[in-house]
Amino acid sequence: MFPETIAVAMSGGVDSSTVAAMLRAEGHNVIGLTMQLWNQRRLAGHEGMPESVQGRCCSLDDVYDARRVAETIGIPYYVVNHEERFEREVVRPFVEEYLSGRTPIPCSLCNNHLKFDQLLIVARQIGAEKVATGHYAQVAWSEQNSRWLLKRPADKAKDQTYFLFGLTQEQLSRTLFPLGGMTKPEVRELARKHGLVIAEKPDSQEICFVPGGDYKAFLDAYLSEQGSALPDAAGEMVTSDGRVLGEHSGVHNFTVGQRKGLGVATGSPLYVIQIKNETRQVVVGKDEQLYSRTLRARRVNLISVAKLPGPMRVAVKIRHKHQPAPAVIESEGPDQVLVTFDDPQRAISPGQAAVFYDGDVVVGGGWIESSS
Amino acid sequence: MQRVYFDNNATTPVLPEVFEAMRPYFGEHFGNASSIHHHGQETRAAVEHARESVAQLLGCRASEVVFTSGGTEADNLAIFGLAQPGDHVITSTIEHHAVLNGAKHLEEKGCEVTYVPVDGRGLVDPDDVRRALRPNTKLVTIMMANNETGVVQPVEEIGKVAAEADVHFHTDAVQAAGKIPIDVNQIGCDLLTISGHKLHAPQGVGTLYVRKGTRLEPMLYGGRHERSRRAGTENVPGIVGLGKAAELASVGLRRGDDTKMAAMRDRLERELLAIESSGVNGAAASSHPTRVPNTTNIYFDGIEGEALVIALDLKGLAVSTGAACSSGAIEPSHVLTAMGLRPEQARSSIRFSLGKQNTAAEVEFAIGLVPETVARLRELSPVYQRAATSR
Repeated sequence: MFPETIAVAMSGGVDSSTVAAMLRAEGHNVIGLTMQLWNQRRLAGHEGMPESVQGRCCSLDDVYDARRVAETIGIPYYVVNHEERFEREVVRPFVEEYLSGRTPIPCSLCNNHLKFDQLLIVARQIGAEKVATGHYAQVAWSEQNSRWLLKRPADKAKDQTYFLFGLTQEQLSRTLFPLGGMTKPEVRELARKHGLVIAEKPDSQEICFVPGGDYKAFLDAYLSEQGSALPDAAGEMVTSDGRVLGEHSGVHNFTVGQRKGLGVATGSPLYVIQIKNETRQVVVGKDEQLYSRTLRARRVNLISVAKLPGPMRVAVKIRHKHQPAPAVIESEGPDQVLVTFDDPQRAISPGQAAVFYDGDVVVGGGWIESSS
Repeated sequence: MQRVYFDNNATTPVLPEVFEAMRPYFGEHFGNASSIHHHGQETRAAVEHARESVAQLLGCRASEVVFTSGGTEADNLAIFGLAQPGDHVITSTIEHHAVLNGAKHLEEKGCEVTYVPVDGRGLVDPDDVRRALRPNTKLVTIMMANNETGVVQPVEEIGKVAAEADVHFHTDAVQAAGKIPIDVNQIGCDLLTISGHKLHAPQGVGTLYVRKGTRLEPMLYGGRHERSRRAGTENVPGIVGLGKAAELASVGLRRGDDTKMAAMRDRLERELLAIESSGVNGAAASSHPTRVPNTTNIYFDGIEGEALVIALDLKGLAVSTGAACSSGAIEPSHVLTAMGLRPEQARSSIRFSLGKQNTAAEVEFAIGLVPETVARLRELSPVYQRAATSR
C-alpha cells in the first residue's frame, strides 16, 4: 500500500481520533479537520437551555481535544467553519420536520450535506484524495456489481450504516471507514496504545446540537432566537374512526408510537398511531393499530445496485435501533420505493429513514413518507 | 518543507538583534525597575532607554510613552480612560476589535457611539467625522492603518477636525508602526497605540502614547508605575525588546526600507492579480492616501478563503483570511463588508502581509504557488464551476 493524503474528520472523540492515529501509523499523509457546525453557546440563556455545554460536538472542549490529538500524533490540523450550511441544511429542516409532525434524523442530513459533501470538497481542495471518519461501517469495491458497497461493520452494536444510506458512489469512492472491522473496546485499546488523551472519553449519543436530548426546549429556544415562536399547532386528539377524545397542545409534541403524555384517559393504553399535519389531528389507538405492513420511501438513494430491476427481497430497518425486518422492495417511479414487510412493523414514523439491507450490504435507503 | 511567512500583520518574528538585546534581562539583569538598589537601577535604565527609543519613533517625549501589555490594553486604556457615561465617542466601522468591542461596551455603560462608515476603498471621510461631532463628544478614535487591507486613513485631517472641536483624538497605529513614519504632532493625536509584536518585538508588550496634560483614568490600580497611568511591575525584557525594535524601525524608515518593502509587495500583488477574477480590496497602493507598504488583500472569486489558507499552509505558505483574532469565525470580515463587498466576496479574500525578514525569493515562492492552488480550489468549487458555465 502506498501512502495517500487523507483528511480525517476529527470530532475530538475516541473514534475519529483513533482513526487519525491509525492512518498516521500506517504511514499515510494525514490532515486533521474539525468541522465547526454549531455554536453551542448560541442559545445559552434561552429557557431550558444550559449556559454552557461541555463535551459536546463543536464545543470548545472538543476542538481542544481534537487539537491535542493532532499534536500528539504529529499531523497538521485545521478547524473549518460550516455553521451557516449546517443551520441551512440540518437545523432548519430538523425544526420544520418537527413542526409538521414528523420525527427527523439530522445525522443523516449532516452526513449527506456536510461530512461527505462539504468536507470532502474542502479535503480535495487542500490536496487530500480521501476522507476518513470514525463511523462504524465498511466500504468496499465490488467487481461483481461494478459498484462501491456500503456494509455493516464488524461491531454490529455500533452499526452506523443507517445514517449513511445517502452516500453516492462518488462519495463512497473517496471515503474510508477504518473502524469498520473493529469493535469499540478494540478502538479504545488502540487509543490508549497511541497515548491519546481522549481514550477514556465517554461516547456521545445525543443529537449534537440538542442539549440533553430535549428537542422541545431546543425548538422553543431556536424559534425564539429567530424572533418567532412555536406556531399554534394545537388540535384534536382523535381515534382512528374519527371520535374526538380531547385537545392536544401541538403536533410537534408527539411522535408515532408515543404512549406517555397524551393527556387523555381511557380504559386501555393508548398510543399515537398517526399525526395528520394538515388537520393538526393526532390519531391515537390501541397498540395493534400501530402496526403497518407497507411503507413508501422517497428521495431514495441506491448503493449496491444502480436501479431496482424488479421486486427485491431485503431486510429493512425503519429506525436506528430497529432490527431489520424481512421485506420486499420495488420501485414506484424515480427515487420512490414501496416496502412490503413479511410481518407488519410497529410505529413506522414519517421523517425517519428506511434502509434496505441484503445481509451486511446496504442496498440503499430513503425517507419514510407514509405507511399503511 | 520550505516555510514562508506572509502573515506579518498577525504577528512578526522577533528580529535576532531584538532578541539579543532582550537576552540579558532574562538573566543577569533581573531587577525590579522600581527597586532602589543596583539591580533595580540597571533595569530602570533599560526601561527608560527603551522609552526614549519609542518616543523617537513616534516623535513624542519619553514621558508621554506608557508601556502596556500590548495593543489591546493600550486601546482599552485610551477608550475607557477617557469616556464616561453620558459622553459621545466617534469611531469607524473598520476598527480592530480591540477598539470596536471596546466601543460596544461603552454603549452598554451608557455612552453614545457613532460608527462612521468607509468608502469602497476602505477610507474614512474626515467630513463624516466632523458631521458626527456633538456637544458631548469626548473622543474620536480612528485607526491609522487597517490591519486587513493596510489602507492608511487620513489621520491628519481627522486630527484637525478633532482639534478644532477640542475633542480628544486616539489612533490605533498598531499596523502603521515601523511601516510608515509616525509623528504624533503632525497627526495631532492625544493618544496613539502601538504593539510590540507587529514590529518585530515580542508579544505581550505595547505602548500608549499619552499627550502631556491628557487626563486618563487608569484601568489597573496598584503601584505608581508608568506615572500612575498603568500599575504593575514592568515587563522589562519585553520593553527592552520593544525599544530595540523601535530603534531598528526608525533606522529602517530613514534608510528607505519601506520603499523596498513596497516594491516586493507590489510585485507580489501584480503577479497575483494576473489570476482571473481576482482583485485588490482597498485603495490602490500608488494612490494617495495609500496603503502601508507590506499589505495586500486580494479576493479570488468562487473560492473559500478558509480553504485557500489551509491549502497554502500545507504547501508551506502562511497567509490569512483577515484578523487572526477572528479565525474560525463564521461572519465574513467586518472590514471588507463595511467596504461594500458581498459576504461571499469577503469570504474569498486573502491577506498577504510581509515583514522585514521576508526575501524576494520568498515572494517568488508565493507567486509560483498561489495561482495553481487557486486553480485547484476553483476546479473543485461547485460555486465557481456554476458561475463559469453560465458565463
